[in-house]
Amino acid sequence: MSVKELTVVANTDNLSAVMAFVDERLEELECSMKIQMQIDIAVEEIFVNVAQYAYQHLSPEKRAEGQVTISVEDFQAPLQVAITFTDSGIPFDPLAREDPDVSLSVEQRQIGGLGIFMVKKSMDSMEYAYKDGKNILKFTKEL
Amino acid sequence: MLNITKNTNGTALTIGLEGRLDTVTSPTLEGELKTDLNGVEELVFDMEKLQYISSAGLRVLLSAQKVMNKQGNMVVRNASDDVKEIFDVTGFSDILTIE
Repeated sequence: MSVKELTVVANTDNLSAVMAFVDERLEELECSMKIQMQIDIAVEEIFVNVAQYAYQHLSPEKRAEGQVTISVEDFQAPLQVAITFTDSGIPFDPLAREDPDVSLSVEQRQIGGLGIFMVKKSMDSMEYAYKDGKNILKFTKEL
Repeated sequence: MLNITKNTNGTALTIGLEGRLDTVTSPTLEGELKTDLNGVEELVFDMEKLQYISSAGLRVLLSAQKVMNKQGNMVVRNASDDVKEIFDVTGFSDILTIE
């Protein structure tokens, strides 16, 4: 078991650095392409969510300093990863949001909330906590 | 990274997508579609080389579908099983025409 961590400014400009960090670890663990894609989607959706909302209440200067830490932990038997996002932004529980209605017609479809819904559907577990002024969102996936 | 190739034949347009349709690359496709769809009656997205799609990419496909519902039709071709699974989970299999 090991834990790897990356801390970056919560800005979508850093998405590719975050993806590279996670993918490198998944490749070391010999993750299948299919599961890697599902995890990538989860990482992208959560990271973008944090980048777009966590620090929006701050002035542009302060917002530009808002950080997020991504940790990837792996466990054996069965091989799985736990990926945790920690930020110091406004308290926000993405799991509290109602799931989008995915049966609506094209004209009625709302795209909001679809990202988090995709994460919920494809990961094995997902939990949120607000602790010591930090949003902590963790999901797990068996490889 | 996303490569976009376009092939026009009269009022038919085929758009080939190669790479990743994500938060970073989707705005490029969205911007191009704004002008490219003018006068198009038959739109095909060829996804043979598309490896990845996130909700940002789905958003662009949904708006393209809305435009095409008014002026013709839209088809998604050659999507990989992994991409198709994303369409299934999100209900996009029901609103897109997937061949």
